[in-house]
Amino acid sequence: MKGFWHDAAEFFPILLNGVALTIVVTIGSLLLSTVLGLVWAMMRVSGIKALSMLSASLINVIRGIPIIVLLFYLYFVMPDLGVTLSALQAAILGLGIAYSAYQAENFRAGIEAIDKGQIEAAQSIGMGWWLTMRRVVLPQAVRIVLPPYGNVMIMMLKDSSQASTITVAELALQGKLIASSTFKNTNVFTLVALMYLTMSIPLILLVRHFEKRAGKR
Amino acid sequence: MIELSDVHKSFGKVEVLKGITASVQKGEVVCIIGPSGSGKSTILRCINGLESYDRGEISVEGLKVDREAPSIVNIRTQVSMVFQRFNLFPHRTALENVVEGPLYVKKESRAAALDRGRALLAQVGLAEKADAHPPQLSGGQQQRVAIARALAMQPKAILFDEPTSALDPELVGDVLGVMRKLADDGMTMVVVTHEMGFAREVADRVLFIDGGVIVEQGPAKALLNQPQHPRTQDFLRRVLHPL
Repeated sequence: MKGFWHDAAEFFPILLNGVALTIVVTIGSLLLSTVLGLVWAMMRVSGIKALSMLSASLINVIRGIPIIVLLFYLYFVMPDLGVTLSALQAAILGLGIAYSAYQAENFRAGIEAIDKGQIEAAQSIGMGWWLTMRRVVLPQAVRIVLPPYGNVMIMMLKDSSQASTITVAELALQGKLIASSTFKNTNVFTLVALMYLTMSIPLILLVRHFEKRAGKR
Repeated sequence: MIELSDVHKSFGKVEVLKGITASVQKGEVVCIIGPSGSGKSTILRCINGLESYDRGEISVEGLKVDREAPSIVNIRTQVSMVFQRFNLFPHRTALENVVEGPLYVKKESRAAALDRGRALLAQVGLAEKADAHPPQLSGGQQQRVAIARALAMQPKAILFDEPTSALDPELVGDVLGVMRKLADDGMTMVVVTHEMGFAREVADRVLFIDGGVIVEQGPAKALLNQPQHPRTQDFLRRVLHPL
């Protein structure tokens, strides 16, 4: 750890560039996975057999493929099919799709935890499927879904480092580049680890807040 | 206004309704009594399409009840339902529960819906509870909010599915009182209930259901005081004199 603070001061600004990309990848794929997950979950609980089977198979396919392979596929294979994505686009798309499966299962569990009587009450005042979801089911499901959603956020932050495998110069890759050019592995990776941890702590506190609130009802 | 003709319904292999034929006239109060599992609640749930039925026909003001058809929304806005377990929306206040249908289903103006919502809460004796959330209310209060929610749709009829069965005994009276007032005002009501006193006092007609068929029906007082069928006699004896 010799000269850690000295090295830290020198490398921190470079690593901050990586942090910026890490945040972009995390937020981008979080948004995408949330939207896709919501779509899969809605299909799953739609009561329309074809839709729910399609969604179930999609979720299983996505879950069965490692994130890194999905990223390679989007970045290296898609150009052969005529679709060229930038590394950042491929990373957000890949992580977003990969996590949409977990989001979907989480959302579905939340939706299915709502008492059937709530849905019947909504129907009995003439609400259709979508209105029932929007006004009755989803607002109540959010409370149930938030704590695991917070955990997904933390996992995504860390898994955004997999974008380094397709040349996105986020925090992990920046660290690796500095380490391999300076040979200061210990100091650099310790600093990288601390920076990930620093970003995780607010999220960990957020999850705790969600859990407390969910427990109140 | 509500017609059931030879309605059959099975859950898997169990046939719960074995040919129900009945009708409810405008302004009439009909109580459905019978042992649990006899199909009473299923009849109500078929009338507003919460359950499908297999055979026969149900119609409301001449409109066939088909839960798959778009017209079911039309029927549900005309025939409200009050549930045994209240089923209020816990994330909304009492007033919000009441105006939910008028605002989002019937697209009424906010001011008008809120005014009427407050008036309805006052009508069921809960004017001061408008801003309370359901978990803060007693069972009896929740059920009265649920009745106000049903009334807010300005329905032509209300279906009550054992509205007092989940209540503590001392709270039953408040709910029955509200229902009695509705009956006096001429609301068409179909009430599945175990409250024989209410049936005798308020109902025009009583149907006794057992094993998925109407065993006996007639004017409330006559049927409850002098039941003709042995199964009705046996049921009433056990309900009225459980010891």
